[in-house]
Amino acid sequence: MRVRRHRSDDGRAPATPAPGDASAPPDRPVLAGRLGRNRPGLAGGLARLFAGKVDETTFEALEDLLVAADVGLASTGRILAALRDAVRTGAVAPTPEALVAGLRAEIVAGFAGEDRSLQRAAAPPSVWLLVGVNGVGKTTTVGKLAARESADGRRVVVAAGDTFRAAAGDQLASWAERCGATLVRGADGADPSSVVFDAVEHATARGADLVLADSAGRLHTKTNLMDELRKVRRVADRPPGRVSEVLLVIDATTGQNGLAQAREVTNTVGVTGIVLTKLDGTAKGGIVLAIHDELGLPIKLVGIGEGPDDLVAFDPDDFAAALTGV
Amino acid sequence: MFESLTDRFDEIFTRLRGRGRLSEADLSAALREIRVALLEGDVNLEVVRELVESIRARASLAELDKSLTPAQQVIKIVNEELTAILGGEPLRITYAPKPPTVVLLVGLQGSGKTSAAAKLARWFVEQGRHPLLVAADLQRPAAVEQLRVLGRQVGAAVFSESTDPVSVARSGVAEAIRVGRDVVVIDTAGRVSVDTGLMDEVAAVARATSPRYTFLVLDAMTGQDAVATAVAFHGALPLDGAILTKLDGDARGGAALSVAKVVGRPIAFVSTGERPADFETFRPDRMAGRILGMGDVLSLVERAEQSLDGDATGRTMERIRRGRFTLEDFHEQLQQMKRLGPLSGIVGMLPGLPKEMRNAAVDEGSITRIEAVIRSMTPGERNDPAIINGSRRTRIATGSGTRPADVNDLVNRFKEMQKLMRSSGMMAQAHPGGRRQKRKGGRVTPASR
Repeated sequence: MRVRRHRSDDGRAPATPAPGDASAPPDRPVLAGRLGRNRPGLAGGLARLFAGKVDETTFEALEDLLVAADVGLASTGRILAALRDAVRTGAVAPTPEALVAGLRAEIVAGFAGEDRSLQRAAAPPSVWLLVGVNGVGKTTTVGKLAARESADGRRVVVAAGDTFRAAAGDQLASWAERCGATLVRGADGADPSSVVFDAVEHATARGADLVLADSAGRLHTKTNLMDELRKVRRVADRPPGRVSEVLLVIDATTGQNGLAQAREVTNTVGVTGIVLTKLDGTAKGGIVLAIHDELGLPIKLVGIGEGPDDLVAFDPDDFAAALTGV
Repeated sequence: MFESLTDRFDEIFTRLRGRGRLSEADLSAALREIRVALLEGDVNLEVVRELVESIRARASLAELDKSLTPAQQVIKIVNEELTAILGGEPLRITYAPKPPTVVLLVGLQGSGKTSAAAKLARWFVEQGRHPLLVAADLQRPAAVEQLRVLGRQVGAAVFSESTDPVSVARSGVAEAIRVGRDVVVIDTAGRVSVDTGLMDEVAAVARATSPRYTFLVLDAMTGQDAVATAVAFHGALPLDGAILTKLDGDARGGAALSVAKVVGRPIAFVSTGERPADFETFRPDRMAGRILGMGDVLSLVERAEQSLDGDATGRTMERIRRGRFTLEDFHEQLQQMKRLGPLSGIVGMLPGLPKEMRNAAVDEGSITRIEAVIRSMTPGERNDPAIINGSRRTRIATGSGTRPADVNDLVNRFKEMQKLMRSSGMMAQAHPGGRRQKRKGGRVTPASR
């Protein structure tokens, strides 16, 4: 009774390969193309920006732009201070256009020299754990990753580590079925650590390359759930398993609470990278900039829709352009 | 260390005792702090701008009330402005003259619609109604199955068919009529507001079912985007209100304020936990403090009153209201709290509690530790922790199996809590509805209970 409705092609993803072409993953992110139409920008603020010379109101407009994108006051302050310095030293010309370009450059510079690739263990199977609060898109991201890795020729085992949510296993089963990955699941309410352990054992026995472990959404304020997560990581890390990625999934609509989420989960299990989801909506996901500023966590992936191809590598230039939306 | 808005204000205003009016400069300083607090609380930038201006206007005219510090007075005004926006009157559900009463849930992906649908159905059952859940999310794999499982948990039947969302919804309403259900709750697929096709679809679902209530389900941790989303959905539908979810986290929830202000519709319900029972009607006066980062003492008091031992509680509640809350009271409350089931919902309401303290109260093991520390104190120490010096601390630590630093920690954090309770207690007096009336003018909030 699962109806898979295909959305009309309303200008989405022209650059991704056709479904039959499984051998060539997209080498050019489609992020920029998708986001263009969602970026009305702050009309009043931008008009002020381009009205003429650069003065304090220009900087106020830029501050509004960043705050409205959920970048937060701290990171916004840092970025604009750097921009003011650049104007003072003449590195950035005092015109609105140069200022916006300078802003983008400043944002992009923050991501320089990072390794944003997904890490794999020296010997298979690699274990990637997806974590995050409720509703951010962990299960869907696991599904997309399974599809992508399978398309790249890897043997994938998916662990239905969300043993709490009604029908979570069924949701994941549908994804696994679609791309031919093996699903390992437990009974409802089972210990998630045992499910992940079973998946790792199974993957090892079958010579699979990757275990993708979903987890139940959990608020970082719940001690018992964070304890559970710690245990899952510990168990997943037991040989032959080797956790090489703990991906924190952050919803692009998240406000300043995203920082608290990132801090707590990092303290609990250590985070190796961020997946920013739902960037196909109106939200700009600026919170990941604040998270990156404070904790240095690389943003590795971006989710831009509900389909299997809607997962791209994070690109700082595209992100900065979309964020400043000019 | 947590620094509350009250503390920050107190720093600005210590000089002002006894002055007749707030000076322009002092007010501006306070308003800057309020702006920061609101933005950190995820209130939309434009809404913050308007709010700050209206607070400035009110505060410049206000005569200083001598019984409140200037800081407290400004906070009082801020609290009142926020409460007014969040909705003076809670939304009272009324039913269609000709059943069924249709409730349509819409929103972004992951906002909590399916969970909210089941909880709402359960709420209707509690109201003596007979709801039918309609699974119109045909997009997400296993969404129908999820609703079926939840429906079973809450005792509500679930209708589904594998056609298309508009047809399912229409058939669901027809089915409700056929089997005599008086309420229909329709769960829909999450959708981004820029997807015109999907926005048209949800509008079509509404046209096909004529809902009495269309609620936007909104995640409490939503940031600045809340306004764009709400405006878009309101434009397509329109909306009658919102349901705020995941309030059991520590997100400040400014999105609620933004949506209420911009769309002009109230928050109808809030979801405060993962259990089906964690669902209640929205109380505006409690949300204001949370958004500002000041916690929610009133909720704690009321929730405790509902579930706890009458006499002991009555005494303690009165003491809280009058700003007198000792470690003894706290110890008593911890014991009572243990009886309330999952504590996270309650603990989220405690003002200014640092994360560790919050976690301590949630975790049964930590409650035992806190209780042990308090039990090792003498009654005198519990009533006035200021007398706890080094040797007393060591004695208490040894007696409770903790370290002197832990004792110190507990006492400091407790003092924070007391301070905030005191200033919130002040504000409680200003609200009509069961409490002493201090301000002139019309009612801001209706009578409680």
